[in-house]
Amino acid sequence: MNRKEKLKTVMYLFMSFFRIGAFTFGGGYAMIPLIQTEVVEKKKWITDQDILDIIAISESTPGPISINAATFIGYKICGFWGAFCATFGLVLPSVVIISLLSMVLGLVESNKIVQYAFNGIRAGVLALIIKALISMYKQCPKNLFSYIVLALAFLVVAIFNINVIYVVIGCGVIGLVHSLIVTRRNKNDIS
Amino acid sequence: MIYLELFLTFFKIGLFTFGGGYAMLPFIQEEVKLHGWLTDTEVINFVAVSESTPGPFAINISTYVGIETGGIFGAICATLGATLPSFIVILLVAKFYEKFKNSKVVSGCMTGLKPAAIGLIGTAVLTIGKTVFFPTAVSLASVMTFGFVSSLVIFALMFVLTMKKTHPIIIIALSAILGIVAGFIGEAI
Repeated sequence: MNRKEKLKTVMYLFMSFFRIGAFTFGGGYAMIPLIQTEVVEKKKWITDQDILDIIAISESTPGPISINAATFIGYKICGFWGAFCATFGLVLPSVVIISLLSMVLGLVESNKIVQYAFNGIRAGVLALIIKALISMYKQCPKNLFSYIVLALAFLVVAIFNINVIYVVIGCGVIGLVHSLIVTRRNKNDIS
Repeated sequence: MIYLELFLTFFKIGLFTFGGGYAMLPFIQEEVKLHGWLTDTEVINFVAVSESTPGPFAINISTYVGIETGGIFGAICATLGATLPSFIVILLVAKFYEKFKNSKVVSGCMTGLKPAAIGLIGTAVLTIGKTVFFPTAVSLASVMTFGFVSSLVIFALMFVLTMKKTHPIIIIALSAILGIVAGFIGEAI
């Protein structure tokens, strides 16, 4: 790719992900169909199989799935600057919209009707989060080990107030050790 | 210094959240309370705002906490902090893509991280439940109040609707209307 082509590609990445950031509600998986239209169907830069890989990778790396996907696609298409422009494009609409909105929120916060509305909204949000929790649970492997880790993570934070970061590191290590033991045992069984 | 503090806090949150979106909630609750940036109630209010505005939840909330505590530059620092770990990690992964894809270490860690994320969101649900149903203190007396009953009714209705795949924005709009109605009924009785 020559310099001019590269600039064009990078600009297109920025514009595409800006559009994606400005028009998807809910982030993460809600973004996947838009990414498909923008970079798979319109430009054919990556394939549907790539999209599946990207989702798998975004899930097993830290950070928001949408940011991971934008960085990965940008890098795959146009190297570092591709990654930079795609991610910057994705983030920019949020930063602008939320900054403006925070001013409005500050003005109406003390209004009685707004407070009543938020009393109701909090109950609605609770329902939304429980729904998200249920769909995550459905995707999680159902075995004794998973149940133990799930319960352990919940209990140590809810009851003992252990810092969430230690819980994440601990559960990652436990998962690794457990899977190594299982692989070794399976090998022994075969031999 | 508030800018550095915002950057580092959200960098830490970005680096240790697996699963995106709501998986970030327990971290954010813990950190913003620790720093005294927002209350539990404000965090939940913002979850609703974020669901009704475009863009990833993680970016929306980091921008919001940033701007509320350190103005526009605070927003930039917090958002940069939340984005940077993803950006760096993915650049590294993209380089060693095949190795990463077949890595037994990565898939091993994920067998622990997936259920952990669910357990952690469970703790967020607990905190939110407390703010919704027992805004002042958990007691038997508050179960008998109009506020508790109306919250329970709104929650139950919205739960049924969301399980029927109603769009989150409609859920939020409906629960806002019901909240206003309940507020005025509460005033009248």
